[in-house]
Amino acid sequence: MLKDQDRIFTNLYGQQDWKLKGAQARGVWDNTKDLIALGQDAIIDRMKESGLRGRGGAGFPTGLKWSFMPKESDGRPSYLVVNADESEPGTCKDREIMRFDPHRLLEGCLVAGFAMRAIAAYIYIRGEFVQEAINLEIAIKEAYDAGMIGKNASGSGYDFDIYLHRGAGAYICGEETALIESLEGNKGQPRLKPPFPANVGVWGCPSTVNNVESIAVAPEILRRGEGWFSGLGRPNNTGTKLFCISGHVNKPCNVEEEMGIPLKELIEKHAGGVRGGWDNLLAIIPGGSSVPLLPKSICDDVLMDFDSLREVQSGLGTAAVIVMDKSTDVIRAIERLSHFYKHESCGQCTPCREGTGWMWRVMQRLVSGEAEVEEIDMLINVSKRIEGHTICALGDAAAWPIQGLVRHFRPVIEERIKSRKANKAA
Amino acid sequence: MPTLTVDGVEVTVDPGTTVLQACEEAGAEIPRFCYHERLSIAGNCRMCLVEMEKAPKLIASCAMPAGDGMVIHTNSQKVKEGREGAMEFLLINHPLDCPICDQGGECDLQDQSLYYGSGTSRYQELKRAVAEKNMGPLIKTTMTRCIHCTRCVRFATEVAGVDDLGAINRGENMEITTYLEQALDSELSGNIIDLCPVGALTSKPYAFTARPWELSKTESIDALDAVGANVRIDSRGQEVMRIMPRLNEDVNEEWLSDRSRFSYDGLKAQRLDTPYVRKDGKLQPVGWAEAFDAITAKLNGLDGAKIGAIAGDLACSESQKALKDLMDLLGSPNIDCRQDGAALDTAIRASYLFNTTIAGIEEADALLIIGSNLRHEASLINARIRKRWKMGNFPIALIGEQADLTYPYEYLGAGPATLAEVADGKHSFAETLKKAERPMIIIGQGALARNDGAAVLAAAKKLADAFGLVSDDWNGFNVLHTAAARVAGLDLGLVPGEGGKSVTGMLDGSLDVLFLLGADEIDTSRLGNSFVVYQGSHGDAGASAADVILPGAAYTEKDAIWVNMEGRAQLGRRAIFPPGEAREDWTILRALSERLGKTLPYNTLAELREKMIEAVPHFAEIDVVMPAPWGDFGAAGKLDDAAFANPISDYYLTNPISRASRIMAECSATYSKTKTEGTGTNG
Amino acid sequence: MSQVIETGVAFEFTPENVKKAKAFIARYPEGRQQSAVMPLLDLAQRQNDNWLPKEAIEYVGKFLDVPYMRVLEVATFYTMYNLKPVGKYFLQLCRTTPCWLRGSDDLEAVCKNKLGIASGETTEDGLFSLLEVECLGACVNAPVVQINDDFYEDLNAENFEAVLDKLAKGEVPPKGPQIDRINSAPEGGPKTLLEKTGGA
Repeated sequence: MLKDQDRIFTNLYGQQDWKLKGAQARGVWDNTKDLIALGQDAIIDRMKESGLRGRGGAGFPTGLKWSFMPKESDGRPSYLVVNADESEPGTCKDREIMRFDPHRLLEGCLVAGFAMRAIAAYIYIRGEFVQEAINLEIAIKEAYDAGMIGKNASGSGYDFDIYLHRGAGAYICGEETALIESLEGNKGQPRLKPPFPANVGVWGCPSTVNNVESIAVAPEILRRGEGWFSGLGRPNNTGTKLFCISGHVNKPCNVEEEMGIPLKELIEKHAGGVRGGWDNLLAIIPGGSSVPLLPKSICDDVLMDFDSLREVQSGLGTAAVIVMDKSTDVIRAIERLSHFYKHESCGQCTPCREGTGWMWRVMQRLVSGEAEVEEIDMLINVSKRIEGHTICALGDAAAWPIQGLVRHFRPVIEERIKSRKANKAA
Repeated sequence: MPTLTVDGVEVTVDPGTTVLQACEEAGAEIPRFCYHERLSIAGNCRMCLVEMEKAPKLIASCAMPAGDGMVIHTNSQKVKEGREGAMEFLLINHPLDCPICDQGGECDLQDQSLYYGSGTSRYQELKRAVAEKNMGPLIKTTMTRCIHCTRCVRFATEVAGVDDLGAINRGENMEITTYLEQALDSELSGNIIDLCPVGALTSKPYAFTARPWELSKTESIDALDAVGANVRIDSRGQEVMRIMPRLNEDVNEEWLSDRSRFSYDGLKAQRLDTPYVRKDGKLQPVGWAEAFDAITAKLNGLDGAKIGAIAGDLACSESQKALKDLMDLLGSPNIDCRQDGAALDTAIRASYLFNTTIAGIEEADALLIIGSNLRHEASLINARIRKRWKMGNFPIALIGEQADLTYPYEYLGAGPATLAEVADGKHSFAETLKKAERPMIIIGQGALARNDGAAVLAAAKKLADAFGLVSDDWNGFNVLHTAAARVAGLDLGLVPGEGGKSVTGMLDGSLDVLFLLGADEIDTSRLGNSFVVYQGSHGDAGASAADVILPGAAYTEKDAIWVNMEGRAQLGRRAIFPPGEAREDWTILRALSERLGKTLPYNTLAELREKMIEAVPHFAEIDVVMPAPWGDFGAAGKLDDAAFANPISDYYLTNPISRASRIMAECSATYSKTKTEGTGTNG
Repeated sequence: MSQVIETGVAFEFTPENVKKAKAFIARYPEGRQQSAVMPLLDLAQRQNDNWLPKEAIEYVGKFLDVPYMRVLEVATFYTMYNLKPVGKYFLQLCRTTPCWLRGSDDLEAVCKNKLGIASGETTEDGLFSLLEVECLGACVNAPVVQINDDFYEDLNAENFEAVLDKLAKGEVPPKGPQIDRINSAPEGGPKTLLEKTGGA
């Protein structure tokens, strides 16, 4: 188990003061000026060295992402955009950072923004997080008043602004270009890439979109040293990570753990174990709703990091662990997710707009068994026609849970169809 | 210049070319629904997916810039499957109502499903139904058929410059609609019918009247404004069923304005299909011989000075030439093609042309509009100005009546005083003009058709000279005409001869006989006791004031040369025959001349055109704009204080054909209502 | 189906909200005031009993010089804008898998049996409206109902009824977990962060 001293989010549960004083007591805003004094290139190098991979789901190396930003301005300003549109089912970690440790995020904004030569950060927070937005606003004001941000931020000689922008209910705005569209006051419909945000982002300016957790851990990595961070976890899967454990566990919770912790250990040590014991486990979605579920047999010894989960045809995603015990109607569990993706499809491109609804309707019939066995293959074929054919990754995200279900629970689906037929006949 | 390989064919393309365009250059056909050359790239239909080596997924070829060394496959199994998938998704919620869909036979979805679809459906769920949306009198919606390509929204926003159209809701509930289902308030709205790749947006007036394969297609020229838009007239038997734009990059690109597209039902109403003679104060139908007798009786022995002729806005070149020749033979100097009394002169051709050319607008770098609402007077030129404005760095200013032109402009003032100020360099916009390398001005009939018109023209000329609007390779001086007939009329010299009377002079009752060749925009209450011969196609103002009516052909019913405001001669072609006893106009004049014993020297259209070319050589140069030399024109004089007033009060009702159109009447009623109630757009 | 409801009553921001609106606009670069469409719609909704009539949509369009159609697109794309009136207490019941696994169906049943409303409906007294929503992002405290601005977490039929009872009486029940638990820490107290923590 990760030692408390290696934890970054020391007010994860909100037991301490979340405001400036409390944050400073936890080490936030400590020698920020010195971090900036390292210089842009050194910060980016250290971030690369730390091995931090994006905490929003895709796992793209954070330092590398920052390095894509222009080093010389062509007259356009650059922006850091923080993706706080936390909406991936199962995920509720950024919420805790924003309401209980907002200054850690703000300090991260300054350091990351400086490293990528941005003039300001826009934090795009999902609209439902009202209290979290209020706390952030207060923290921003405190930070301005204390000179941490604004002109000559933290005495660094660098001017940097931070603004909050609230969303209004759209999962798709967690996609970076949809988020940018939304920030510009449009519908959240993803843009075509290229151009990439680092060239043409918000308001046509170079922009980098980073997840809250990725930004919030940056100052601490620099303070404690990139070696400290890269020393945790496994190569290419370094550091600590916030895990959200929900569903059929005895004590659902958020917890910061070391990357690569065995899934079973994570659940048993932190979440009080699976309801009814480990043997009562049916399946786990290990990284938020978009990644395929894993049956118990894989859960027994899989490690919680990017590469390990990819090897078992799933993913770490947002590290949101959704646990299902044997009482679960696993078909319905995935049908609920299919409805989610249908509901959240922006409607822009054909395969997703039409296909998510199609898949959900078939999934509904699979729940009741009102289907033919052949339709299972058809459903998979439809999901493959969506996957990889859409503008953004929502299409893939809608396809994968269904593919995971069929991969591991095909007999359950077939059985339901057959018993429905038998009941009808009888 | 990137070089890429498409299906084994190496192709080098200009930088900025998309993969889709590169594929086409390499001879590979790429299916598409949302992509359109003239609109921004949406990339949403996913039909144009191709395989790019080293890319993990198929790429949308419409949105991907062609890069050096790319290896593209457009026919691999993966691509075929991708297209089949896109087709399947497009079709699952698309009603299979092709038999009752007006798009049938010219439907992209129908065509592409034949080539790229699977032929069967696996979809067993209920299909989505979407409520129809009101978009006004011109556009019929069947939104269940919509495939959400957003071409219509992009056209409205980008080309037409109106923000009324959008897509509300999201996901599978996304629906295209106008704001609160108001009529789409644009003079270019009909183009979204052409752009819609399916039967979601079809023509309301054309609904259920014909199938495309039943129609004869005639390539012709629009005559309802002076742009000279290239059109295709679709007819069945002796009926025009619809009018569509035809591609001409230099003129209308592929757009058409609503009045030109939808006035065609006016071709069937209020027609003069037999000659009339006024007897006992009432117009009575008669035969041609009787009508000619009545005219001959009046003209017999009459001094040419007592005879006059006015050519109207829809008169073709041939009939204007015949009219001019006939008046010469009758010894009359009283002839005028400037119905509105615009102070234009024929001496210097450049003084009455749109010299920059329509396509040339895209080269200009500053624009001053004087006395014109281009949106109403020449919608397609207005669209071209908007296109230029969207490219950036194009300051625009206006003197005259303010209106929403779909692009921002600096308002300088209302009338001639401001023009003089700018010409004298006393206005800040003068600086802009001076700095510009290719500045242009557009002067409308609203500035010229007034008592001080010649002085206004002179002031504009002065401005043009002062700010270098005219040089060896640039002419930024432009007159904006509203009548299809006008430039040909001026070219052919239909202006008063020595001692002759202009329109104003002819309208004081001093003439014994006045010949109106489709002249309906004059003040007929001032005709006095003149014996009026009206030749034209419609029973409009001129006909009701006439003593003799000679039924002519509408522009769709005759072969004719039209010269647009650029001075571009274009060939109009006959799609159907004139109704009843009506005849092609030049033949009427030819027959009349013979009856008068003043036979015009041509027996065929070819012979007439020879004479036209003899008089005005550029009539031989079809589709070409001949640069006109600059010279002195205009007459210095006192400028009036009155503000410039735009000549068109109702866009939909500018000519006899449109005024006879029920569709245009409906538009006029609809849009004047939205004007008074607010348009739903901001401002 | 009409896209929006017209009340016939003019809408305009209160002076205080005009100030707020201007502050929102000031967050974005000059000329990018369209970015403020979302905050201004939210502001208008808050001023107007939690829903947006046609008049408010057009007011925001005018305020920002953004075409009405673009504002309407935004107002219909995002789920948090209510285009018809809602009850005093707007219950947003999360039904996505993590909440469903932990009993969101029971909460739906409470709404049906106790309040007599299904998703999209409002009680006759105008007190409660129910909307089934997708993941609210508080999954380790599932099941969750958002009531107006606040999250009520770790609900079950019993404590949800208690919350509703209090609301009906005009009381404000404490938000957050409705069981003995500190925020997202495991029930029964944190297992980590037990050491006295300070700076690095």
